[in-house]
Amino acid sequence: MPDQSHVQQTTASVEQRVDAIQAAFEERGMKPGEFVEEFRHLAEEEWVPENGARVVAKAWTDPAFRERLLANGREAVTELGLSMPAHHRHLVVLENTPTVHNVICCTLCSCTAFSIIGLPPDWYKDLEYRARVVRQSRTVLKEMGLDLPAEMEVRVWDTTADTRYMVLPVRPAETAGWSEDKLAKLVTKDSMIGVARL
Amino acid sequence: MDGMHDLGGRQGFGRVRYSLRAQTFHEPWEKRVNALYSLAVKLGIFNMDEYRHAIERMEPRHYLSASYYERSLTSLATLCVEKGILTREELERRAQGSFPLSIPSAPGRSNVAAREHFKPGDRVRVKTDYVPGHVRMPGYIRGKTGVVVSESPAYPFPDAHAHGVKAADEPTFDVRFSTEELWPNSADPAFVNVGVFQSYLERVT
Repeated sequence: MPDQSHVQQTTASVEQRVDAIQAAFEERGMKPGEFVEEFRHLAEEEWVPENGARVVAKAWTDPAFRERLLANGREAVTELGLSMPAHHRHLVVLENTPTVHNVICCTLCSCTAFSIIGLPPDWYKDLEYRARVVRQSRTVLKEMGLDLPAEMEVRVWDTTADTRYMVLPVRPAETAGWSEDKLAKLVTKDSMIGVARL
Repeated sequence: MDGMHDLGGRQGFGRVRYSLRAQTFHEPWEKRVNALYSLAVKLGIFNMDEYRHAIERMEPRHYLSASYYERSLTSLATLCVEKGILTREELERRAQGSFPLSIPSAPGRSNVAAREHFKPGDRVRVKTDYVPGHVRMPGYIRGKTGVVVSESPAYPFPDAHAHGVKAADEPTFDVRFSTEELWPNSADPAFVNVGVFQSYLERVT
């Protein structure tokens, strides 16, 4: 009989591989099924961009809060009942102005302040954005629909540690007198990543 | 390690596959993977630095062709095998096929004993360190000079924390680099701010 032990097997599908780990965890009493349900709730109901939108709207309407947010983001968001995971020890809020534009990325993986601005969109984690946005920020933003004038300063923030960043967009001029709730509805995840201006 | 994951500044990639209101998850199994590795972290089987490093250790062809959540899955499985929670044989028997895992780790390192403290405005250079294990210095800043703009609280030192090596926690400094310094005559004009661990930095006098 020829030795078949080194013949390559077909790779299991990703679903089969996930099932294998989940079943092994189940057998070891790690209760993966319960945790998957808990996680689903967090991902769908808790870690949503509406959190960051409330933070932005409050910063636009309450100058003292804006100061606290820029000084210590992690502490300031707790005023709105929001929190960050223990390992995210710092939240730096990056304020856009008429002459400065900030945009965040993670070239090494896909880190984000997900409990505040929501879990990262697919393109944020993809190879193209990670490779290109640090070096070709203006070109990439233009391709994504944001054409910045040459005189605007661009600041890219690469999330290489467990400090997290979020962009504080410029408040649109036509919103004078709007309530916080109404303002919050304007704020998108993309504007807090910095690939859109409002 | 100078791995395939270290993508910042690599050329040859096309347009970002962008859509408005893009989704995070596309398939139901992706949420399960995310949940299962979060559970493993919660149970103390591995930490986030080990998790990131096991993704970086994927065979490069596999890394580039895998989706984001397949990379998560590969890291989770690799670490469960390396930590003795599961065996590869059990995984392959249950999955009814081969289960690609990451390549074994090279040694980690502890932090530098004499670490300088920096303040906003200080000019700093990123040391020209070449590290076989985990490191959170993207290759595009190696040897480059920038200006400190802010300081973070102290974090576990990733080069050690991903390898079970003892090390003191240390802060990171947000360092501002001009793209002209990073890629002379070959980048859009901008500043790139990077969170750099104290051990990776030296003062420019």
